Amino acid sequence: MIPLTHYLVLGAILFAISVVGIFLNKKNVIILLMAIELMLLAVNTNFIAFSHYLQDTSGQIFVFFILTVAAAESAIGLAILVVLFRTIRSINVEDIGRLKN
Amino acid sequence: MSLTAADFVPIWPELLLLVMVCVILIADLFLRDDQRNGVYVLSLLTLAACAVVTVVSAGSDVSIVMHGMFVDDPMSDALKVMVYLAVGVMLVYSRTYIEARGMFRGEFYTLVLFATLGMMVMISANHFLSLYLGLELLSLSMYALVALQRDSAESTESAMKYFVLGALASGMLLYGMSMIYGATGSLEIPRVAERIANGQANATILVFGLVFVVAGLGFKFGAVPFHMWVPDVYQGAPTAVALFISTAPKLAAFAFAIRLLVEALGHPSLLVEWQQMLAILAVLSMAIGNITAIAQTNLKRMLAYSTISHMGFLMLGLMSGTVDGYGAAMFYVAVYAFMGLGTFGMIMLLSRKGFEADRIEDFKGLNRRSPWYAFVMLLLMFSLAGVPPTVGFYAKLSVLQAALDAGYIGLTIVAVLLSLVGAFYYLRIVRLMYFDEPTDTAPIVASAGARVLLSVNGLAALVIGIVPGWLMTLCQQAMQASL
Repeated sequence: MIPLTHYLVLGAILFAISVVGIFLNKKNVIILLMAIELMLLAVNTNFIAFSHYLQDTSGQIFVFFILTVAAAESAIGLAILVVLFRTIRSINVEDIGRLKN
Repeated sequence: MSLTAADFVPIWPELLLLVMVCVILIADLFLRDDQRNGVYVLSLLTLAACAVVTVVSAGSDVSIVMHGMFVDDPMSDALKVMVYLAVGVMLVYSRTYIEARGMFRGEFYTLVLFATLGMMVMISANHFLSLYLGLELLSLSMYALVALQRDSAESTESAMKYFVLGALASGMLLYGMSMIYGATGSLEIPRVAERIANGQANATILVFGLVFVVAGLGFKFGAVPFHMWVPDVYQGAPTAVALFISTAPKLAAFAFAIRLLVEALGHPSLLVEWQQMLAILAVLSMAIGNITAIAQTNLKRMLAYSTISHMGFLMLGLMSGTVDGYGAAMFYVAVYAFMGLGTFGMIMLLSRKGFEADRIEDFKGLNRRSPWYAFVMLLLMFSLAGVPPTVGFYAKLSVLQAALDAGYIGLTIVAVLLSLVGAFYYLRIVRLMYFDEPTDTAPIVASAGARVLLSVNGLAALVIGIVPGWLMTLCQQAMQASL
């Protein structure tokens, strides 16, 4: 059987990749949305691993809710992206910098 | 496992609001543009009805229903009533503003009410799942509200920033929650606390989770170093939405912090851990918030930094670790929410179609144009700065007292010094209003409701400052009965 720590390390790696993806990405807003999805999946991995390890189903139920919210979240994110593209004609992260003092 | 009628009694306000939002959503489809006022009136009536239901059912007992998902205690009742009030006042203030900007549509009202529902769920959450779902209902509605002005590049850009950083914050919170779940084996707040107290939890994983939870909370509060979204969102969002973001959700965030940090992770062994983290966040927020605010020329941006510094003060109350400290923090957040309402209300009062009064210069010579509103703004600025006898002074004093009682002497001195720095930029606005020539001489147009409420809002800052006892007692008693 695969020990719990392996799953936790996998979750931590996925989480780290997504945080790095959000902060280092200078190209495309869609990559930001992908990084956010990845972050939620890292959390899901953690929850499922713990749930199995603890023999407690509530963690798995939580994952269903996270998946649903993630779908709603990306719907709103993509909607904002479309509106953004209509106004500034670009989805480049570097073109978003209008708000400065 | 089945629900009984008794399970539904404490969630009446939530059910009522949910049903009414759906009614408003459908009714809006059948209304012509000239009948749109009905949505506004219906939204206000819904909030009033929720307030009545909450007040009538309020008691001093704590009831946990819905299989441990939902808790109804005096703290949640008090905070919910404040949320209804803040949202209602915000709707009245923003009525003329959103109409002049083509945002007077049903979406605005349904999104605001859905966000309110999210806040109510957060305030009454007794389980990580309901905390998370309430938070997401609030956040998702907020992202859409910020982007509501679709033809404005600033609005959509700030919506994108808010969305990305808000999602990052939720991710961090969830990661922290998953660790706490792993360490304690439960998602229900009282059971998490119980397992930690029994020593059944793995301390390393628990502290690891705590760090992520505090980081996520820091994002939601807008505390330094997780504050980068606040100025951009305040500046870019339509003023009505910026007002909304800066007021009611802070009350919900406060409840969120109490539920998560105090109720779930309040065991003395963890308390010392998060006290230190909050201390760092508090000092950084007060310092960066107050010092950066001085350099701002955009009033909304300045208010954003002011919010950051106020969140620092709020954390000072939270980190004291005593029930009195939490009561002082609750008083602070309630007072802050209503000062924020008034200040953004003033910006909207001076704005009109095609003109945003969001630069500090736009307040020049306000005394010549309208001595009364200059006075109202003066009271609000004094209150934000913490000048006696306004309520802001008393709020700061009680939070500092709590920090001092908990033994944070150095921190209290730093907080006092930084609030002196902060007084500078609030008083600068007062100076501009009274001693400069007006640059904008257009007459002030606003609905009668907004004028009256704004005056009451300003005067309340003075009156509650002179007699703060009842509100303070309310906050303290709510905390004592709930924890």
